[in-house]
Amino acid sequence: MQLSESWLRSMCNPPMDTAALTHTLTMAGLEVESCEPIAAAFSGVVVAEVLHVERHPNADKLSLCQVAVGEAAPLQIVCGAPNVRAGMKAPLARVGAQLTTADGKTLSIGVAKMRGIESQGMLCSARELGLSEDHGGLLELPSQSTVGSDVRALLALDDQRITIKLTPNKADCLSVLGIARELSALTGAPLQAPVIQPVPAVSDVRFGFKSSAHDACGRFTGRVIRKVNAHAATPEWMRQRLERAGQRSISALVDITNFVMLEMGRPLHVYDLDKLSGEIDVRWGRQGERLKLLNDQVVDLDASVLCITDASGPIGLAGIMGGDSTKAELSTQHIFLESAFFAPNAIAGRARRFNFSSDASHRFERGVDFNNNVAGIERATALVLEICGGEPGPTVDQTWQLPTRQSVKMRSARACKVIGVPITGDEMADIFSRLGLAHTRTGHAQDEVFTVSPPSFRFDLEIEEDLIEEVARVWGFERIPAQPPRAVAAMRAPLESVRGLHALRHRLAASDFQEVVNFSFVDAAWERDLVGNAAPIQVLNPIASQLAVMRSALIGGLLDNIRYNVARKQARVRVFEIGRAFLRDPSALEGPVTVAGLHQPIRIAAAAFGAAFEPQWGVAERDVDFFDLKADLEALVAPLRVRCVAAAHPALHPGRSARIELEGRAVGWIGEIHPRWQAQFELPKPPVVFELDADALQHLKLPRAEQPSRFPAVVRDLAVLVHEATPVQALLDAIEAEKIGLIQCVNLFDLYHGKTLPKGQKSLAFRVVMQDTVKTLTDADADAVFAQITKILQQKFNATLRS
Amino acid sequence: MRDLDPIVERALAAFRAADDAPALENAKALFLGKTGELTALLKSLGGLDPEARKTAGAAINAAKTVLEQALEARRADLADARLQARLAEEALDVTLPGRGRGVGGIHPVIRTWQRIEEIFHSIGFSVADGPEIETDWCNFTALNNPENHPARSMQDTFYVDLKDAAGRNLLLRTHTSPMQVRYARQHPPPIKVIAPGRTYRVDSDATHSPMFHQVEGLWIAEDVSFADLKGVYTDFLRRFFETDALQVRFRPSFFPFTEPSAEIDMQFAQGPWKGRWLEISGAGQVHPTVVRNFGLDPERYLGFAFGSGLERLTMLRYGIDDLRLFFDGDLRFLRQFAT
Repeated sequence: MQLSESWLRSMCNPPMDTAALTHTLTMAGLEVESCEPIAAAFSGVVVAEVLHVERHPNADKLSLCQVAVGEAAPLQIVCGAPNVRAGMKAPLARVGAQLTTADGKTLSIGVAKMRGIESQGMLCSARELGLSEDHGGLLELPSQSTVGSDVRALLALDDQRITIKLTPNKADCLSVLGIARELSALTGAPLQAPVIQPVPAVSDVRFGFKSSAHDACGRFTGRVIRKVNAHAATPEWMRQRLERAGQRSISALVDITNFVMLEMGRPLHVYDLDKLSGEIDVRWGRQGERLKLLNDQVVDLDASVLCITDASGPIGLAGIMGGDSTKAELSTQHIFLESAFFAPNAIAGRARRFNFSSDASHRFERGVDFNNNVAGIERATALVLEICGGEPGPTVDQTWQLPTRQSVKMRSARACKVIGVPITGDEMADIFSRLGLAHTRTGHAQDEVFTVSPPSFRFDLEIEEDLIEEVARVWGFERIPAQPPRAVAAMRAPLESVRGLHALRHRLAASDFQEVVNFSFVDAAWERDLVGNAAPIQVLNPIASQLAVMRSALIGGLLDNIRYNVARKQARVRVFEIGRAFLRDPSALEGPVTVAGLHQPIRIAAAAFGAAFEPQWGVAERDVDFFDLKADLEALVAPLRVRCVAAAHPALHPGRSARIELEGRAVGWIGEIHPRWQAQFELPKPPVVFELDADALQHLKLPRAEQPSRFPAVVRDLAVLVHEATPVQALLDAIEAEKIGLIQCVNLFDLYHGKTLPKGQKSLAFRVVMQDTVKTLTDADADAVFAQITKILQQKFNATLRS
Repeated sequence: MRDLDPIVERALAAFRAADDAPALENAKALFLGKTGELTALLKSLGGLDPEARKTAGAAINAAKTVLEQALEARRADLADARLQARLAEEALDVTLPGRGRGVGGIHPVIRTWQRIEEIFHSIGFSVADGPEIETDWCNFTALNNPENHPARSMQDTFYVDLKDAAGRNLLLRTHTSPMQVRYARQHPPPIKVIAPGRTYRVDSDATHSPMFHQVEGLWIAEDVSFADLKGVYTDFLRRFFETDALQVRFRPSFFPFTEPSAEIDMQFAQGPWKGRWLEISGAGQVHPTVVRNFGLDPERYLGFAFGSGLERLTMLRYGIDDLRLFFDGDLRFLRQFAT
């Protein structure tokens, strides 16, 4: 809502300056978004009448003018404006005048010589006065302006354009009157609403109307005015108020309806009476009906859209926009004015469905006063007669069904409890009175109850809290203390056995990974290529086609991060993300934190690219590989232990990828990016990546301590030759399966492939730690264990012992 | 035994002259060894009478003690010199950089997320979680935001190609408020919870990202007022920005899910934002319809809710002026937040 300070002050003029006034509005919930002066600062600019114009003798584009400023002798002015002509009135910055330039500097006007001829001032355009961007010529002043008078005063330029960001509940403030009413309630300054007198009819010409949808159009007021002069000019005072309220002047008749809407929040529509046929019927649209609107848009109607119709069919979208076929134009002679009440739920959302909004729909969907229909017609009639002349017929007002206004009760004790401040009943009563809310009081002190009858212009007062809000708002949010809360001091400790995501984050950060946050919507190609997901969840209204599906894996984003950083000369990139993936899952049910039909697990994904270590002295440079990342994975999940099982994944190199398993359950995957995707992401080296379900890592067992053995451990190394393709894990599993009690641990400490070995064989060296809890192990004991291990490996893997 | 003193003198000189361990041991042999001079003297005592032997023996033993002590001292000196030489040889250039892997960092928005959890945890708030693809009911209806209401156009919603049981399209949650609904339906009062997470709106320009983060706060009990909201949120901002010189103001606003509702503005006393009111949060007393949708009786239970943007808090905290930096994954930006 935009309006000028002067228009507002014409209805309520509290003794406070502009800053205090806007602060008062803001702190009452009418947020003043901006408050700009109408014109730049200037002085010494007067109305000048151009008496005589001739060509400048030395310049083609300059004119030599004689102008009158109400003094005995005219002044000589050199002017470059194309529209300068004898007889016009225009602003003159006299010698000594001060103007403000577009960049905020002060410009002092002195006597200037232009191409050899003296100019005693400067005739000004709108832009030179900081009124608008218009620099096409001189600002033409009204012909009746007094020569020599001050232009600032003449154009009422000591004014501000105030823009208020209204919340959807403040429908009552979508007019100057509404804001003035609010300002009056807040400051106590009297409200001076426009006095509206009925304009008597001079003819009995009427136009028939009815509503076939009483719950949608419950009141309709109409009036015919014949013989209007649609060509009449909009008076300057009205044009000024409209323009300062952000409303361009269009024609007298349209301007009048806009003016009444802005002034008192009463949308009107003006029809060309000669274009109407039959009678008006407000009814729901019908499938197949079409309507061309005032803005030339053609809309298809249906039974959800309320229409104004006549014998010709639909002629307007009720409460939204009129139709093209019956619009008032400059040639219009007779008009029909409509002042209707449309229920908010009959209008809400319709304009948005047709992809536009209008001042009328904005008001009707929030709620328009259903008690000012007649006043609006009378106000408009008076203005039409004043500006365009005409012969008004009678005002015809029909009411079928108006919103019920249930009285609302508010307990003063409840209000104090919600707000948290003791406010007296008298203060509350005063607040209601100032807001124009009729009320009665019953009971006393703690038991006092207010019964409020909401006025027709309020659509936001239905329950007790609505009234409590009014009390809090007008009493003043600023006066409510910021109170340290009181509560029972119960401890809330996190479960020791549950590991939070932040702890996992910090582990990855400690392993030299940088956290990133990537969009949850991704390119469908990533889903297809990297996850093999042909049917990702689609976003129906994506902001871009490459952000059109929900990710079912995080890895695409990380590859994109690597690409982005490589393109910026980063040779080594290590990134991770913790976030949700989104998967269709018909078996998923509605639950406390789940939505039926899909699975939204939190995933942890990391990617490493480039050197294993930053280039540094004393460390040979090499690229990060599968086992570097596997070590990062193991450090992340510890004390849990995951296993890697060779398995293919669409994103990964088939020989360098694995499924990550935790206690036999697949929880993710790890591997080197497939060369195909490496090329597609334009990466010079293959990144290695892992991604797994965060939930799998979050649940830990409490440690159960055992007494360490008092007897010394025996360490033996065992080197075997096995077939190249035998996985190490198989050997470890086989040893483990024997459940040899004396074995504390078995670790692979060397892997050797080489020419000295038989073809197709590799050498694996294990360190076996043995220990007993009840005695010192003898060499014979250790030998027995060693022999047992050797035997298993020989039997199961055809392993040969290396000496 | 007049000839002892010269022997001692020569022995001491020989010890001093020995500049490593073998030389010292050779010198020792010359005087104290099996064939050494002092040993020879001792052996020669056999020919003396008992009285003279006793006297001479004592003198030789005294001289031997002197030499043994001198020998030990010289051994210690040489060992010390050896150690010193080794230490000097082993000295490092300690200014060489440390070897090995570096450390990464936490995303700045997540850093804020974690700090907020810690701050609210300190007064007994739990942390809730919930789905990002939500139902219309949880995101709108339960929060008193009916279809066609003008308030719905305040949020432009992303929809996905899945439907709920009522046939409505599922959506990407437009705020973190659905989590308060889910949490409150699962936990009996008093409810003290914050719900941080990702949120989505159809908006993308220099100051809007289609995906961003919010934190929702909810406190429902039998006596939690708007004044408590002012207290808690003001305290939070001052702890978050670590300054008591922070002005906080609450001004009336409108949200479907709270009443009275407030926009919260803050103002720094110092720094580049000094003296400007900055919108930081929306808040209010939870609307009775919403309390009812929690499954609670609004007559008995009341309290407040607030929602704040994590990006906004992060930008103000660390002096970041471009929202898009958060989602570019640019290491040159992110590395400034190394842990």
